[in-house]
Amino acid sequence: MKVREMKETLMKIVFLIAACASVLAVILICVFLFANGIPAIRQIGVFDFLLGKTWKPGNNLYGVLPMIMGSIYVTAGAIIFGVPIALLTSIFLARFCPHKIYGFCRSAINLMAGVPSVVYGFFGLVVLVPFVKEVFGIPNGNTMLTASILLAIMILPTVVGVTESALQSVPDSYYEGALALGATHTQSVFFIVVPAAKSGIIAGIVLGIGRAVGETMAVIMVAGNQARMPKGLTKGIRTLTSNIVLEMGYAADLHREALIATGVVLFVFILIINLIVTVLNRRSEHGK
Amino acid sequence: MENNKIVVTYRKSYTSKLLTALTWGAFCLAMAVLAFLVLFILIKGLGNITPDLFALEYTSENASLVPAVVNTLFMTIISLLIAVPLGVFAAIFLVEYTDNKGKLVSLIRITAETLSGIPSIVYGLFGMLFFATALNWGYSMLTGAFTMAIMILPLIMRTSEEALLSVPDSYREASFGLGAGKLRTIFRIVLPSAIPGILSGIILGTGRVVGETAALIFTAGTVAKYAGFMDSGRTLAVHMYVLSSEGLHMDKAYATAVILLGFVLLINGLSGLAAKKIAKG
Repeated sequence: MKVREMKETLMKIVFLIAACASVLAVILICVFLFANGIPAIRQIGVFDFLLGKTWKPGNNLYGVLPMIMGSIYVTAGAIIFGVPIALLTSIFLARFCPHKIYGFCRSAINLMAGVPSVVYGFFGLVVLVPFVKEVFGIPNGNTMLTASILLAIMILPTVVGVTESALQSVPDSYYEGALALGATHTQSVFFIVVPAAKSGIIAGIVLGIGRAVGETMAVIMVAGNQARMPKGLTKGIRTLTSNIVLEMGYAADLHREALIATGVVLFVFILIINLIVTVLNRRSEHGK
Repeated sequence: MENNKIVVTYRKSYTSKLLTALTWGAFCLAMAVLAFLVLFILIKGLGNITPDLFALEYTSENASLVPAVVNTLFMTIISLLIAVPLGVFAAIFLVEYTDNKGKLVSLIRITAETLSGIPSIVYGLFGMLFFATALNWGYSMLTGAFTMAIMILPLIMRTSEEALLSVPDSYREASFGLGAGKLRTIFRIVLPSAIPGILSGIILGTGRVVGETAALIFTAGTVAKYAGFMDSGRTLAVHMYVLSSEGLHMDKAYATAVILLGFVLLINGLSGLAAKKIAKG
């Protein structure tokens, strides 16, 4: 009896420790990232780092503003191209899709979510870059526009997944009530069901923003990567994520720390976005 | 909304027709993009799959992908060996030992959610700073695998949790009724019934590791050789990135893309099968 009880308690502790692994991981990530990034930000100066417009490691100039703006612009582009299509697609899947093809459609979206970002990047490199170059008649197709289109494709499955389940979880009585009042199927869906799922839909979009900000490999392959302030849709751009990958390989000393500090900026961006998603999800659960 | 206009019948409602057409259009566009991507890569890539792609050694003239495939499998196995027990045990704790309330439980949930939103490049930086530098493991498969394990941990936790929750309480009660202890009930009754669900999480995790690039460049490195635990080695996705950014072996990049897509299709098929098994119960 005694041995069995001890075994029970012991295993409970093992389970508890396993459950705390994620807590430990988050703490370690925060500690190591901040401990390595903050000193560099201090040395460069908070304003010079965050608001400096020139990134020239050779001249000891580490202004990360071009990359912050690059990330914001590319993400905004991806949202403008991607979100309308993703929203309409998820409305289609939730309320318009014929029953027979629903399973197929879902697995197609899942397939889209599973394609590695480096394959998307390669697709962008060999298809989108020449396409943009041709259409706009510019010497180089590695532009902000190209990156935005590619990211719009990549965030589609993320946004569709969340918004569709938000739409599915709207009670049927809402839809039926609208029908009973004489609205058509489409009107009921667009004017009753969609507004009812609002906070879930916004959570999906914000999650998509998070994915777009954090995407690395695909953006590197198509965005041109010039470290200067964004100059227009058909000009090259560098994001926070690409800044890290491009230079980390050969960076040393302050340069290396400045790159880690770039990671800190990115991490803070993502933490804020995650926080918004959590709050929105909680609200949509309470709203049920 | 304009309620007074909703009186019109279906046939006469042009906005309804327009909106319906829009949803169909958006869906068709999304599918067309996916079909174009898959077909483009298959058509351009299949012709480039040649025997020398599968040579046993990688040389600078012949960018063989066999070492990368072996490294990918190796990396996947180690990271699953770390992440699966941790994730499943964590899920057991959350489902079987707590009533889903309390500060610790919500802290665990918040951190798991945070982990699943962190971009892979931040994992890469962390792995480099912690495993490679602080623990002095250098660029190695082990550094990469531990980084990957943390990355897929929330995924494994969430799917295992759902799988455990879907096991009916009557199973547990019957087991307790027959005099089994909690531990025995968990390992003999609950876990076996939850295996298909846990399996689908493991398959999804495999997909993540196979597709990951950014986090591995700074943790496992890019050496194109068969790698042991403490050696640097590139996985297939990293191999693909290096090939396409060098631009020397574009034909081989196409072929590698086909093989990566093949992996993804296989993984999706498998997780679909596992999901079907859950539905059957």
